[in-house]
Amino acid sequence: MTRNVAIAGIGLSDYPISPFTPEQHIAQAFQRALADSGLRKEDIDGFACTGDSVPHIEDAVNSAEQLGIHPRYYDGTFTGGSVFELMIQHASAAIAVGECEVALIVYGSDSRSRRKRQNGSKGGYGLVYDPRQASQGPLRVGGPMAFEASYGGGIICSYALAAQRHMYEFGTTSEQLAEIAVATRYNAGFNPSALYRDPITVEDVLNSRMMADPLHQLDCCVVSDAGGAVILTTEERARDLKQQPVHVLAAKSCMTHWQIGQMPSFTTAPVSHVADALFAAAGVTHSDIDVLELYDSFTITVLMQLEGLGFCKKGEGGPFVSDGKLKVGGALPTNTDGGGLSSSHPGMRGIFTIIEAVRQLRGAAGDAQVPDCKLALASGSGGILSSMGATILGKERP
Amino acid sequence: MSINVEALRLAERDLPMPDPVTRPYWEALNRGEFLLQRCVTCGQAQYYPRAICSHCAGDVEWFTASGRGAVHTFSIVRMAFAEPFSSLVPYVFAVVELDEGPLVLTNIIGCPIDDVRIGTRVRLEPVKASDEITLPFWVLED
Repeated sequence: MTRNVAIAGIGLSDYPISPFTPEQHIAQAFQRALADSGLRKEDIDGFACTGDSVPHIEDAVNSAEQLGIHPRYYDGTFTGGSVFELMIQHASAAIAVGECEVALIVYGSDSRSRRKRQNGSKGGYGLVYDPRQASQGPLRVGGPMAFEASYGGGIICSYALAAQRHMYEFGTTSEQLAEIAVATRYNAGFNPSALYRDPITVEDVLNSRMMADPLHQLDCCVVSDAGGAVILTTEERARDLKQQPVHVLAAKSCMTHWQIGQMPSFTTAPVSHVADALFAAAGVTHSDIDVLELYDSFTITVLMQLEGLGFCKKGEGGPFVSDGKLKVGGALPTNTDGGGLSSSHPGMRGIFTIIEAVRQLRGAAGDAQVPDCKLALASGSGGILSSMGATILGKERP
Repeated sequence: MSINVEALRLAERDLPMPDPVTRPYWEALNRGEFLLQRCVTCGQAQYYPRAICSHCAGDVEWFTASGRGAVHTFSIVRMAFAEPFSSLVPYVFAVVELDEGPLVLTNIIGCPIDDVRIGTRVRLEPVKASDEITLPFWVLED
């Protein structure tokens, strides 16, 4: 038995700035997704959740308990920002073979309000500090991170290593990376909730503060609070629910490392290893895709995914993004909600790319609506370009 | 080239905690020696030390590496969010490609930041950080 799977409900909590705890973001996003779908809470028998904050209070076990869900299919995978694409992959497979009927994927974060992210200096990404512990002085670090924790690394300068190498190998320029930030900000102008909406220019990006060469402040995502929920079920059941089903045509993932120092190739996005399989499983080609929702922790993240997914050849991402095609109204509208670069990016953005793709396919994306939108690709990137997942969603099943 | 060890503020940095697998590596650094592991089956070298070969899952043996390499990629960190690094900016965060093959994440120290380029030749500079730990930094080749 294998059954086709569809997304039946989506919900966003109040973002990008909210007084909520992570649990409140989760609860509100869940309520809204449930109402959106027309399902009842007791219909949910599959549960996937993970958190990014100290002390992991929104981990899957705690969240299931708080929401009063008793799952017979359960997923607490953690791979950073890509994890929700992995959860789509996992939950779709589970529903397809009958391990569960209705799966909830949910996330909530107060990253901005708690200002607890160690995004630039002490330790490394993935090393979770209790702020009280950090104030007590230096740590002794075990495991693989023992080989990176002493060097003043962090998220921005780690992504900068990939950007620098891409520039060296392919002649990619800061101006080209800036084009991604400019297009994303343009798209944010259509989203009343986006954190930043005023248009910016390439010069604005280049004149913004240099954080870690070659990445400027406007090459980096914002830090926000946000929660999101996605409900999946069988295509058959989804047809009888409140919303027009959004079909999960394919979902794939690949992880090549965790710490930046272990990245096998600094110019290769892990998703490149599964891109062919993704499109083959969906039965569509690149030119069929109407809208892209790509994880945009940094401008370089988008560029490397465009190459890795095969929308352009490796090394040609720079020229590819420089004609405005990523803007709403362009040839390949990308991050139509304003993305992480301008709208919202808590610790792990990957669920929001899925939700925006669903809004587009429903024709419910407001002023950012891509006309006649039939196929969307949503992606996630976790760690430092470490783990990536992508899903192709369709208004119809081809 | 002289290294101002004081300026590295090593006592304020998080430091490694050796375990049974990695202890020979850290003990060797205390003697000024840089150990890598090599697979007895496939012959490939690896960094950081692990229980088995990350290429073929074979057994590994230690060998003394050259401590030479070239900058594979780097960033000049100009903004850091916690001490001591917020006081140390700008500094060079880099990945060195060892002559033996593996990549190593580190800081390039002891030179003007503008002297670092991809491809620049570098050598190991072990710096004592505590009674237990000598940290491997890298400097430009003479």
